Amino acid sequence: MSAAPAIAVKPVAREPGNTFPVAVVCLAILLVWYFAAIPMNWVVTGPKIAAGGGGLSNLLAFSWNEARPVLPAPHQIAMELWKSVFTVAPWSVKSLVYHGWVTLSSTLVGFVLGSLLGVALAIAIVHVKFLAKSLMPWIIASQTIPILAIAPMVIVVLGSIGFTGLVPKSLISMYLCFFPVTIGMVKGLTSPEVMQLDLMRTYNASANQILWKLRFPASVPFLFTSLKVAVAIALTGAIVGELPTGAIAGIGARLLQGSYYGQTVQIWAALFMGSFLAAALVWLVGVAERFTLRRMGVKP
Amino acid sequence: MAGPVISARELSLVFQTADAPVYALSRVGLEVEDGDFVSFIGPSGCGKTTLLRVIADLEQATSGTITVNGMTPQEARLKRAYGYVFQAPALYPWRTVERNVGLPLEIMGLDNAPERIARNLELVNLKGFEKKYPWQLSGGMQQRVSIARALAFDPKLLLMDEPFGALDEIVRDKLNQQLLELWDRTKKTVVFVTHSIPEAVFLSSKIVVMSPRPGRIIDVIETNLPRNRTLDIRETPEFLSLAHRVREGLKAGHSYED
Ligand SMILES: Nc1ncnc2c1ncn2[C@@H]1O[C@H](COP(=O)(O)OP(=O)(O)OP(=O)(O)O)[C@@H](O)[C@H]1O
Ligand SMILES: [Mg+2]
Repeated sequence: MSAAPAIAVKPVAREPGNTFPVAVVCLAILLVWYFAAIPMNWVVTGPKIAAGGGGLSNLLAFSWNEARPVLPAPHQIAMELWKSVFTVAPWSVKSLVYHGWVTLSSTLVGFVLGSLLGVALAIAIVHVKFLAKSLMPWIIASQTIPILAIAPMVIVVLGSIGFTGLVPKSLISMYLCFFPVTIGMVKGLTSPEVMQLDLMRTYNASANQILWKLRFPASVPFLFTSLKVAVAIALTGAIVGELPTGAIAGIGARLLQGSYYGQTVQIWAALFMGSFLAAALVWLVGVAERFTLRRMGVKP
Repeated sequence: MAGPVISARELSLVFQTADAPVYALSRVGLEVEDGDFVSFIGPSGCGKTTLLRVIADLEQATSGTITVNGMTPQEARLKRAYGYVFQAPALYPWRTVERNVGLPLEIMGLDNAPERIARNLELVNLKGFEKKYPWQLSGGMQQRVSIARALAFDPKLLLMDEPFGALDEIVRDKLNQQLLELWDRTKKTVVFVTHSIPEAVFLSSKIVVMSPRPGRIIDVIETNLPRNRTLDIRETPEFLSLAHRVREGLKAGHSYED
C-alpha cells in the first residue's frame, strides 16, 4: 500500500465547462439560419418547387440545395469549404488555402509594421510633451477617414509608382492597426505608479533606463490587449485592400469574384475562411500573451 | 566631513490644488549632523513625508533654503547621495525579490551585485526568498525587500518613510534592533519617519516633533542614549521620560489647532 499523504490536498475544482452554452447558441443560430433560407431563397426556388409539385420535402430540398441561393444553407458552405480547402492542391487558384495565405502574408507584414509604428508613436508621445497635444488629434483623425474611401487611392497611387500586390495591402493593414497599439501603449507606458517613478528619480536613472526597466515592462499587459485588436483589423485591412484592385488572389478577391458571378456559396466560404484566420490570429496573440506574462512572473 | 548633512532654514511648502492651497510645511528649520539618527514624529497629514521628499528632491520647497551634503537637494540626488524607503514597498511586480534588490545596482552600473544582494537580503531576514515574486510575499516581507533595495548600493544617507508601519510588533522590534546595529556599525546618517513614540525614542539620536498642518517643528529632543543600546532600554526611567516629553510635545501641537 502506498503511503497516504499526511495532509489531504484539496482537489482543484474544475471550472464549469462552457461547452454546453456555446453548443446551445450554435444550434440556435443553425436553426434560425436553415429556417431563414426558405423565404430568402423563395425568389429563386419558388418556381422550381411549384414545378416539382410542391410539398414539404420539395420545399426543403430546393431551398437548402440551390446552386445560386440568396442565402446558402450551412451545409452547402461547409461542403464548399471542405472542397476548396482539402480536395484541391493548396497552391491552385481554386484553393482557399492559397487565397488565405495571400491575405495572411500581407496581414502579417502590415501587423508587424503597424505594431512597431504604434509602439514608436506611443514612446514619442509619452516622452515629448508637446507631441501628445500636436500628434494625437492627427492620429485620431486618421481613423475617422473611411478606409474604403482611401484604399483605392492608396492602391492606385502606389501602383502607379510600381508597388503592387503585397506592399499596398500591407500598408492599408498597417494604417488601420497602428491606432489601437498607440492608444494602448500610451496608456501602458504611463501606467507605473508615482512611487515606482519616484524610485527611479532617486536613482537618477536616465529616460532610457526608465523606459526599459519600468515603463515598458509595466505596459506589456496593455500591449497584448491592443495587439489582439490590431491583428484582427490588420486582416480586415488586407481584405479591404484586395477589393478595389480587382485582385486575383486573396480572400478579398474571392469575395469579389463570388459577387461578380453570383457565387454566393463561394462568398460565404471565403467569409468563413476570413473569420477562421482572424480567430486563429487572435488566439495566437493570446498564447503569446500567456507565455510572456508567465515568464514575467505575473500572478496567475 | 565638515558641516551638517542636512540643513534647512525657514522652509515652507504650499501645494497648489484645484480648490484651496494646502500649507504642508511652515518655516521648518532643521540640522542633521553626520551620523545622526533623526526621527520625524507627528500626526497623520502633518507633512512628514513632504519634508522627507523635499530633502530627496522629489518635491520643491516654496520658500526657504535647504542643503544636503552642502549641495542643493537636486545636486545631491544627481550624485545618488541617499537611499529612499517609501511608505509603501513600491516593488516592481515583474521582478523577483533578488532582481528588485538589484535594480539600483543595474541602474548605477555597480559591480558585486550578487554579493550585495545576498548580504542585504540576509540583513532583512529574507534569505531563501530570492526567486519569489512580490505577490508571493506578505506585506511586511515586501517592505523588507524595499529596505534591502535601499541599502543595496550602500548610500551614506538613508531616508526612510515609516518603513515598519505595516509590520507586527515582534518583527518591528527585531528590525528596529537590526537597523540600530546597522546604523551603529556603518555610521550612516538616517532620517526616519514614524508614528510610534517608542520606536522614535528607541532608534533616534534626535527626535523632531511636528505639529498638525501646516507642518511646523514644535520640539527637537536630543536623546543621548548609548549608541549600542538594546530593547531592554525601553524599561529604563530615561527612556520613559523621553517618551513622556515626545507625548507632551504631540499633545501641545494638537491643542494649538483646536
Ligand atoms: N501632491 C500633493 N498635492 C496636494 N497636497 C498634498 C500633496 N502631497 C501631500 N499633500 C498634503 O500635504 C499634507 C502633508 O502630507 P504628508 O504626506 O507629508 O503627510 P504625512 O505627515 O506624511 O502623513 P502620514 O503620517 O499620514 O503619512 C497633507 O495634508 C496632504 O494632503
Ligand atoms: Mg507620510
